[in-house]
Amino acid sequence: MPDSDDAKNSNPSNSGVSRRDFLKIGSITVAVPLVAGTGVVDATGQEVKVYGPGKVPVTLTVNGKPRSLQVEPRVTLLDALRDQLDITGAKRVCDRGECGACTVLLDNKTVYACSVLAIEAQGKSITTVESFMQDGKLHPVQQAFVENDASQCGFCTPGFVVATKAFLDRHPGATAEDVRRGLSGNLCRCGTYDGIKKAVAQLTQKGA
Amino acid sequence: MRPFEYASPRDLSQASLLLNKTWGDSEILAGGTDLLALMKDDVVRPKRLVNIKEIKELRGINAGPSEIRIGALTTLAEIADNAAIMQNYSALAESVNEAASPQIRNLATLGGNLCQRPRCWYFRGGFGLIPKYEDGADMVEDGDNRYHAVLGNDGPAKFVSPSTIAPALIAYGAQVRISGPGSPRQIPLEKFFVIPKNESEREHDLRPNEIVTEVILPKPASTMRFGYYEVRQKKAFDWPLALAAVALDMDGNTVKSARIVMGAVAPVPWVPADAANFLAGKEIKEDTVWVAAQKSIEGSKALKHNSHKIWLAEVAVKRALLKAAGGTA
Amino acid sequence: MPEYSWPAADQRALIGKRITRVDAPAKVSGLAKYTYDVKRPGMLFGKILRSPYAHAKIVSLDTTAAEKIPGVKAVHIIQGPGSTIHWAGDEIVAIAAVDENVADDAVRAIKVKYEPLPHFVNDSQHPPADAVEQQGPLSADDLFDMLDNQVPNAQIASQVQQYGMTAKADGDTLKELKANGANDDILNAVRQATVHPDSAKKPKGNYQKTAAVVQGDPDQAFKDAEVRSEGEYGASVITHCCLESHGSISEWTDNSHLLVHMSTQNVSGIPGQMAEPLKMPAANIRVHQDHIGGGFGSKFSPDRWGIATAQISQKAVGKPVRIMLERDSELEVAGARPSAFARVKLGTKKDGTVVGWESESWGTGGPGGGGMPPLPYVFNIPNQRKQHTSIRTNIGPARAWRAPNHPQAAVITMGAMEDAAAKLQMDPLDFFLKNLDLTGARKDVYREELGIASELMGWKQKWRPRGENREGSIARGLGLSIHTWGGRGHASECDLAIHPDGSVNLKMGSQDLGTGTRTCILIVAADTLGIPVDAINLQIGDTLYPPSGGSGGSTTIGGVSSSTRRAAVDARDALFAKVAPALNAQPADLECANGTVRVKGDASRSLSWEQACSRIGAMPITAHGKNPDRSKPPDLTNSGVGGVQMAEVEVDTETGIVTVKKMVAVQDCGLIIDLKTAESQCLGALIMGISYSLFEEKIMDPISGRMLNPNMEFYRLAGLADIPELVVHMMTGKGYDERGVIGLGEPPVISPGAALANAVTNAIGIRISHIPMTPERVLATLEQKADE
Repeated sequence: MPDSDDAKNSNPSNSGVSRRDFLKIGSITVAVPLVAGTGVVDATGQEVKVYGPGKVPVTLTVNGKPRSLQVEPRVTLLDALRDQLDITGAKRVCDRGECGACTVLLDNKTVYACSVLAIEAQGKSITTVESFMQDGKLHPVQQAFVENDASQCGFCTPGFVVATKAFLDRHPGATAEDVRRGLSGNLCRCGTYDGIKKAVAQLTQKGA
Repeated sequence: MRPFEYASPRDLSQASLLLNKTWGDSEILAGGTDLLALMKDDVVRPKRLVNIKEIKELRGINAGPSEIRIGALTTLAEIADNAAIMQNYSALAESVNEAASPQIRNLATLGGNLCQRPRCWYFRGGFGLIPKYEDGADMVEDGDNRYHAVLGNDGPAKFVSPSTIAPALIAYGAQVRISGPGSPRQIPLEKFFVIPKNESEREHDLRPNEIVTEVILPKPASTMRFGYYEVRQKKAFDWPLALAAVALDMDGNTVKSARIVMGAVAPVPWVPADAANFLAGKEIKEDTVWVAAQKSIEGSKALKHNSHKIWLAEVAVKRALLKAAGGTA
Repeated sequence: MPEYSWPAADQRALIGKRITRVDAPAKVSGLAKYTYDVKRPGMLFGKILRSPYAHAKIVSLDTTAAEKIPGVKAVHIIQGPGSTIHWAGDEIVAIAAVDENVADDAVRAIKVKYEPLPHFVNDSQHPPADAVEQQGPLSADDLFDMLDNQVPNAQIASQVQQYGMTAKADGDTLKELKANGANDDILNAVRQATVHPDSAKKPKGNYQKTAAVVQGDPDQAFKDAEVRSEGEYGASVITHCCLESHGSISEWTDNSHLLVHMSTQNVSGIPGQMAEPLKMPAANIRVHQDHIGGGFGSKFSPDRWGIATAQISQKAVGKPVRIMLERDSELEVAGARPSAFARVKLGTKKDGTVVGWESESWGTGGPGGGGMPPLPYVFNIPNQRKQHTSIRTNIGPARAWRAPNHPQAAVITMGAMEDAAAKLQMDPLDFFLKNLDLTGARKDVYREELGIASELMGWKQKWRPRGENREGSIARGLGLSIHTWGGRGHASECDLAIHPDGSVNLKMGSQDLGTGTRTCILIVAADTLGIPVDAINLQIGDTLYPPSGGSGGSTTIGGVSSSTRRAAVDARDALFAKVAPALNAQPADLECANGTVRVKGDASRSLSWEQACSRIGAMPITAHGKNPDRSKPPDLTNSGVGGVQMAEVEVDTETGIVTVKKMVAVQDCGLIIDLKTAESQCLGALIMGISYSLFEEKIMDPISGRMLNPNMEFYRLAGLADIPELVVHMMTGKGYDERGVIGLGEPPVISPGAALANAVTNAIGIRISHIPMTPERVLATLEQKADE
């Protein structure tokens, strides 16, 4: 079994940028060679950085803090959060943008973290469910989920909490029709929708 | 996902150069909601991803006196929330609002929506866009084709066009602008979609190193009425079984001219011209609408398991027409 | 003799009240840790190469290229050349690597040559007469398949007695059967079975028909019946689709000790199942789990991939290895509810009395075929003839799915009952009431529940005869169903300690599936000790704690509440003994309430909980609680519940789309520990029921034999917008509370399919035969009506 890879992976000279350097490209009609081809095209003009396929340094701003890590371009934001940063509130369920369990905020908008590459999330603010609690106190949306028993196994819950908070921030007096569209991106298996609807109703009545 | 290299060009010429001339080697990353899933399923295996989100000229909605221009990178959420679109293109806003989920609408772009790949389960399962047995026979015909095409399915392609927004855009007379190595070109959106004849062709008119840059919608005349209707099993976040977008140019209660565009029923957004022509000079009433709906499915052919889709397509057209005319669906 | 019995209603401080789920704050804040979230130091990521073929022989296997990929740490062959694959997605090779992507690269680099064999994945059509074979002698594999498929023990034993075996079972086989859940009836039947060695050589067909089971005189009953109705009913194969997929993390803490984090419904039962394949003592295996993201009956075993995780960790010098299934595998191989379909004839008198039942049923539980659901369901019709054909398919193995076989049996039976009512031009509610005597011991419960449900639904105001409630293209309808379940508590043990500082801890090797188990254990202990729920430190989910049964069959609440009550009463009584002198009283005169230990009826003689505990001495008071096993009569827990559900729907007859407008569930479960989470169980069951009735279906490709929708866009789960007004009414008080605690996980999920299918039928005026009631099925049914 090969066993030298740990050392290789931690060697910065093996990371994407430094290994491939810049590809120089210009207004030529020759296609830039892909991974398998040579490293540099003989051309003048602009430079575009090409990263990977090996690990590249990436800085993510998660819950207000910059976090530096080494990832291949093929690593999703979700896997970077969970496997590298140990931020596990966002869950991996479908991994295809169908279930909402990995919902996080990217520049304050809900997205599926499984459908974003870590490398493209650089320079954006990433907010996860872990940031909602302030001074050990639950956010009103979380509190409403607790009171209305809107979680059972709880695996969909963090994603639902993030989606609900973002939705209510934009629709404080949400109608049933708003809720139909606005909370359609999260699926639950145990059947907690009734509790979630009651939590939302409680919050919209409060004007939260 | 297989390994790939990643680049973020700043302008279109860089982007076009970073894209390879053959399909499959490189892919454009915009919203990524479809592409990353395809890569995880090992259906698409690019060696390079060209992230176009840094290209500023692809962003923004510009409403002019006679048209509105929507940049290809505009997200579905931005389209649905745009005041000019809500005011003048309400059927488009509705189609965008019904598309997918909030999380996807926040990421997915207009260009990406038009270029997304079919949801055909044979395609997604790795059997190809035109799945065939080793002897060349058609897998979809023998297989489970409950969600496959009922129109435009004479050729080898049997998948359905996945974009639910394209039919609405076409109903509004959309043009699409495309940038590539040569000078930019502009074509009617209807012509952008093509039915591939073999595995090496795609579902649209783009070349591998071309990029959709914007969609242009003429401002509808005050006599125009629009309607949109999706037949969908779930109440939200579900692929429609059939949908229709219609545009009626009215002279009082009489239709001057009509446009009908159907989605999720053919490998391309389907434009039944005869059905639209039939409506000219007529009032929108339940019986006329049914005739138009029947004409809209002329030439349809049911596969083994999808005859219901022909009927659902009719219902979608009928209901979209009634909605456009102000009645309830 | 300590007094364990449940406190009287006026003595319950917490039991039966609406108490908020204790782990909800952890869940809403993202801090609750699931197996999928556990990251062990130096953890490797495992991936599995799976068969693309539904039926094939592995000809050759080459892992050389995979082993050479940098970052690959171990390769483990699960099924090598010569093995036969029986379903797509079956496990072939496991890989461990430094990250998931590298493991994926390695899986892709493995070269496998298969010899594809013909596959068979159809189950919904009536078995073709020329393909059906009489059931022949059974092989040991058949028995294992039946056990996997939750075929009732009595049914297996009777089949062995009736058909014999293909080979004499040796000691190892008998041992293995026992380990897989075979009871003594089965083992005795196997020991005494006639052996037919020749039959083993003959390949078996896909359809195996068992002999008819007859009760009473069905021929005479149908001759005498004044009205005969018939129809076809059934439920398709669905999957569990747990949001947290199956999987585990295994690591060797030394050469002979294994630590396993596993997503499981069966913490205490896992070591015993891993010991044999790993050839190590169960005592050396520790299993841990904090939270689990759904099980629904599919997570009792370590599974082949769980064993492989431990084996591959061993190859990787004991490093932790994680294998969590990908979504597609989760849907393909990690759980399926068997299908069941039936053609039923029902004979009735003009007044509505049911006299005869005849059913010809079929269905598949995967490669093992599967057994007959309990037909007719709930109504023990005096004269019956029933025959079942099990279909062997390559759709993948079946697993217990909440209330195994009952939802299918309800769809079939309640559908046939509703059809009979329609033929008699009776309101089905009246028809059910008319025949309640056939439901046996719980008939009065059903009567009461039907009355309450009918009020809550507004049944009498809303119900119209079939097809007579239409407005334009919208047809409205009502449907109902009744169900039953056992739910007596399982074996459960716990340790409770009261410390001199007043703190209390309770340890139990149970698990909380999201049903509220933690909350209920704490309620029982806190109620008994007269202290708040949050004053007790509860530890569950570890084999270091006393064993408690697997959470299946609605057995958990009865088991854990009983063991907890016993431990808490014993500890409390020990505390009374220590405290009595200080209060100048006899221990028997003391009580715990409101955070005090006091003399009954004399508020002046009272100590705070802390003051009382300070008299314990240096060592804590400890007590061990144990729910008596099933050989003893139940005391704190019990078995047997009845429930009623009603559904109101709207069907768009142009599109075939069904919209649920309202559902009502009325349910008994004996003494309720926590009303809030009990109601949530029912609400969740209604929602899951709407999902499987309208949307869910494991769609198999006839061409490739693979599942076509192993994802969450075409394996549709109901969304929030698909859920209407839901009304839950729990039966409590006299007649219920004194029965003791009874499980609730299964009962409310049984009836939704039947109630909704009956409601759609009532709306559109013609029987909809199969669930899920997709638009294409509804439209096809309407077309059939137009043709009539």
